Amino acid sequence: MKEFGYERPAHPTDALAMIAGVAGARFLGGGTNLVDLMKLGVETPAVLIDVTALPYDFVTDDADGGLRVGSGTRNSDLAAHLAVRRRYPALAQAVLAGASGQLRNMATVGGNLLQRTRCPYFQDVTKPCNKRVPDSGCPARDGEHHNLAILGGSDLCIATNPSDMAVALAAFDAVVFVEEPAGPRAVPIADFYRLPADEPQRETTLEPGALITAVALPALPWAANSRYRKARERASYSFAIGSVAVALDVADGMVRDVRIALGAVAPIPWRAYRAEQSLRGQPATEVAFREAADAELEWAQPLRDNRYKVPLVRNLMVRTLIELVQAS
Amino acid sequence: MTDPYSLTVNGTDHQVVDAWLGESLLYVLRERLGLPGSKAGCEQGECGSCSVIVDGSLECACLILAAAAVGCDITTVEGLQPGRGDFTTVQEAFIAEGAVQCGFCTPGLVVALTDLLARVPHPSDLEVREAISGNLCRCTGYGRILAAAQAAAKAASDE
Repeated sequence: MKEFGYERPAHPTDALAMIAGVAGARFLGGGTNLVDLMKLGVETPAVLIDVTALPYDFVTDDADGGLRVGSGTRNSDLAAHLAVRRRYPALAQAVLAGASGQLRNMATVGGNLLQRTRCPYFQDVTKPCNKRVPDSGCPARDGEHHNLAILGGSDLCIATNPSDMAVALAAFDAVVFVEEPAGPRAVPIADFYRLPADEPQRETTLEPGALITAVALPALPWAANSRYRKARERASYSFAIGSVAVALDVADGMVRDVRIALGAVAPIPWRAYRAEQSLRGQPATEVAFREAADAELEWAQPLRDNRYKVPLVRNLMVRTLIELVQAS
Repeated sequence: MTDPYSLTVNGTDHQVVDAWLGESLLYVLRERLGLPGSKAGCEQGECGSCSVIVDGSLECACLILAAAAVGCDITTVEGLQPGRGDFTTVQEAFIAEGAVQCGFCTPGLVVALTDLLARVPHPSDLEVREAISGNLCRCTGYGRILAAAQAAAKAASDE
């Protein structure tokens, strides 16, 4: 591993000054992704600024009825929090579906949002990768892409966002609070991640040196009727090959409102707006659910070895919607 | 090189001198503090063989920077044992149930199951499976380990 410095500020202003003052400085949360990537040589920070001593380990009620989660909250604490489990169950389920007990105890909410893709070419410094080394090429399109994107990819990059948590956050229209050199900013999750287009190395809309402080979950009473469902190659401790976070508001057999987000299919947590639009005001039936799933997935551009994701994600959407009708 | 720092491991303060910040907690435990019970398997947080308890939380020592563990209360597999040669309830159950083959994953599993039983004294089989899903064993097929977990839970409740 390349040598680096280490700082552990206790105050946000110190953390922001430190990252602004040193080229190649990076914030360190739980380390479950960044330290791993440093061992692989993918990340080579000059200085690590450990943010786990900052006052961001909290889950509190917002005045508007929502919930605010500090960026330093450990994944296991978030998943175990009673208000999260009762009011946003899909979020607790998504977090619990990720990684292992050990890693959830370490990983923070802010770090989870910023974790990097597990595309095998990104993680292997002996291979080209447009995300890791711009303009070096992408072997994935003709190579190993069985778990890469079917939606939202570009010619330069088809890496998938690996987060389970972020899929649930996308479904709930979470807002990410950040401190940037220009000041504080509230970033809706829909604007937080960016598609690769011709700059796959830029994964978020954050300014350099930005510090995530909290994530807000807006009030959404019917989010209590939500679920996260994840398909993977093992029953536990494996990244998704497809996942859905769904919240459903159904009355008198009709869909009043619905939220659907997809994981492991795109470079960002993929909000299925087309499926949602197709369902609002429709009868809550399997036929309507299939049509909604198709409305989203007709835009999919699968490759040779990831075509399976289209029916997989369609079935995940339909099954989860049916379960939520039964639970209503 | 960094300034000397102190780690609290198994209730004892240890000075670490002439170390580099990039050393993992796992490396320092094994190579500097003479505590080789935590095993260096994947060193990427995948295998769980380096599982330790940090401030009451089960974590992978391979992904923790040692200098970041300053001020934390660290317990390794060595710290679970009442004395050298004395085995804990979980360790006795591993022996009785034949849950050890090559033994490399055993310390991590003992720490993980000790953590589980402290939180959930009577876990279901599914809870045990989920609790040790971050601990890889390539020998046993896990059957004897699951049996040992239940035997340890029973032994603890009989005591």
